Amino acid sequence: MSTDIATRRTVAQVLDHVWENRARVESRNAYAMMLLALARENPNLACLTADMNFEDHFAGELPRQHVDLGIAEQNMIGVAAGLTVSARPVFANGMSPFAIARAFEQIKIDVAGANLPVKIVGTHAGLASGHYGPTHHSLEDLGVIRMLPNMTVVVPADSWEAAQATVAVAEDPGPAYLRLGRQATAPLYQERGAFVLGRARVLREPGRVLFIATGPHPNLVAAGAARELADQGVSAGHLNMHTVKPLDQEAVLHACANAEAVVTIEDHRALGGLGGAVCEVVAEVGGPPVRRIGVPDIHYDLVGGEEYLLHHAGITVSNAVAQALDALG
Amino acid sequence: MSRGLSLEIRRKVIEMSASPNGVHIGGSMSIADILAVLYADVLRDPAAEGMSGDRDHLILSKGQASAALYAVLAATGVIPQAECATYAEEGSRLGGHPMKRLPGVDFSTGALGHGLPLALGVALAGKRFDHGKRAFVILGDGELQEGSNWEAAMAAAHHGADNLVAIVDRNGWQISGRTDDCMSLEPLADKWAAFGWRVLGVDGHDHDEIRTALTRPVEPGRPTVVIAHTVKARGVPGLEDTKQSHSATLGTAARRAALAVLDGDRA
Repeated sequence: MSTDIATRRTVAQVLDHVWENRARVESRNAYAMMLLALARENPNLACLTADMNFEDHFAGELPRQHVDLGIAEQNMIGVAAGLTVSARPVFANGMSPFAIARAFEQIKIDVAGANLPVKIVGTHAGLASGHYGPTHHSLEDLGVIRMLPNMTVVVPADSWEAAQATVAVAEDPGPAYLRLGRQATAPLYQERGAFVLGRARVLREPGRVLFIATGPHPNLVAAGAARELADQGVSAGHLNMHTVKPLDQEAVLHACANAEAVVTIEDHRALGGLGGAVCEVVAEVGGPPVRRIGVPDIHYDLVGGEEYLLHHAGITVSNAVAQALDALG
Repeated sequence: MSRGLSLEIRRKVIEMSASPNGVHIGGSMSIADILAVLYADVLRDPAAEGMSGDRDHLILSKGQASAALYAVLAATGVIPQAECATYAEEGSRLGGHPMKRLPGVDFSTGALGHGLPLALGVALAGKRFDHGKRAFVILGDGELQEGSNWEAAMAAAHHGADNLVAIVDRNGWQISGRTDDCMSLEPLADKWAAFGWRVLGVDGHDHDEIRTALTRPVEPGRPTVVIAHTVKARGVPGLEDTKQSHSATLGTAARRAALAVLDGDRA
């Protein structure tokens, strides 16, 4: 990691490096490398942190642009909004469960309401904290943040997309939430393609079934389920909805025009997140039935690693296939 | 000049308090002198259009005192004088809490405990990005019960934000009654000092004392808090230092009586 940071200096170099090493780079490290590269180019970019340690290199190299606010997320978000009088953009880094849930009112009023260029980056999202338990899980963040006007909500599907998304949210003039996990995950792409905020990526052309997923594990589940259905002779499309807000309604409606069933997949509550957003769009046009795969509406106090918890929540290839077939009837 | 401005602020707040929706008269009157000194003698370009540069910023964290802020913005020509008459009317820019869409308001406030973190961000902008920029924030005393203030207090001292000045309107009241009956704040000066701040105490209605405190040379590396001892609803007969002054509508007779007191002060 330290060698990576020292030798990858520019945005283009970081993109090349992350692409070549996308299978082993964690999304949060791809983000950290890219943030530093962006900050070298833009002396007005500020990086705030609430006692995180993945951006140590930033503090060492660009101390003027870095402020550690300690374990105090409400203050960090307020400071981020205040800093925008001179610094743009301002990245505010924390663990998703705390940066979002604890500081929600500051995000609502000081950032989203004010439409300021504050980019909240939350790691450990979804069930990525595994055995650390429900205090450290972030399963409501997509639902609450997408309720706020002006916010852009982005969930990169792998380290390559995380690097691309970091550039995109930095360039976008408004507030954003970038949702990241913890461990490296399998790469989703075979080819380098352009990343555009608010434009879903088609990973498999639409069929009788349409899988819409956001984030690393859900997209891998969707890809696996689509392959398995194809093996069974049932055509299935796959959309990577990396931007949950603004939702790519055009892509959803186009893809489900001929679909007989839609299945959404997210490592977030099945309530209010991507599934909720897709239902809002599909229901308004009287589209096909939608099944939502996500964490059930119970306090999730199970002990286990991320994979175990995802399995328990039904965020699995077998459940995605079963839901799709059941919806087809 | 600040004396005339404070009278003008009070006069406008009394006029706005005709609103059937009620005005936070108590907390607006308790900061009238603080605002007058700030706008007359202390702040540099507080209503400049752009946010960057070495201008000063004032954040009214106790946003419920919006009427006093509207009054000073009108009196100093930032918004039209006549606009005060639209306070809380449907479609007005002047709501019960100040909104950023109004010229002279850099941050929307009203949810308590937001102003000090915002002001610290502005102060750090002055330290790191726009040298010379200063941040002033007016906090309510009851507001200090919100924990985010103490997160910001700790961070401001840690990061040496000596271009940050917090003014605590210590009028001693909050909605439910006496502040220290609801939640003890004392020893308030010691609390700020323990967090690493320079603490100054003033009579919040004595313009010379306020001015002296707000124009003191900075103490390098330390933020400053001015604890302004004030009287809720200062200058309004029958409402001074009362719980019911928190939010009220004044009838014609009450407004006339209050304005008469102000005219007496002016004479």
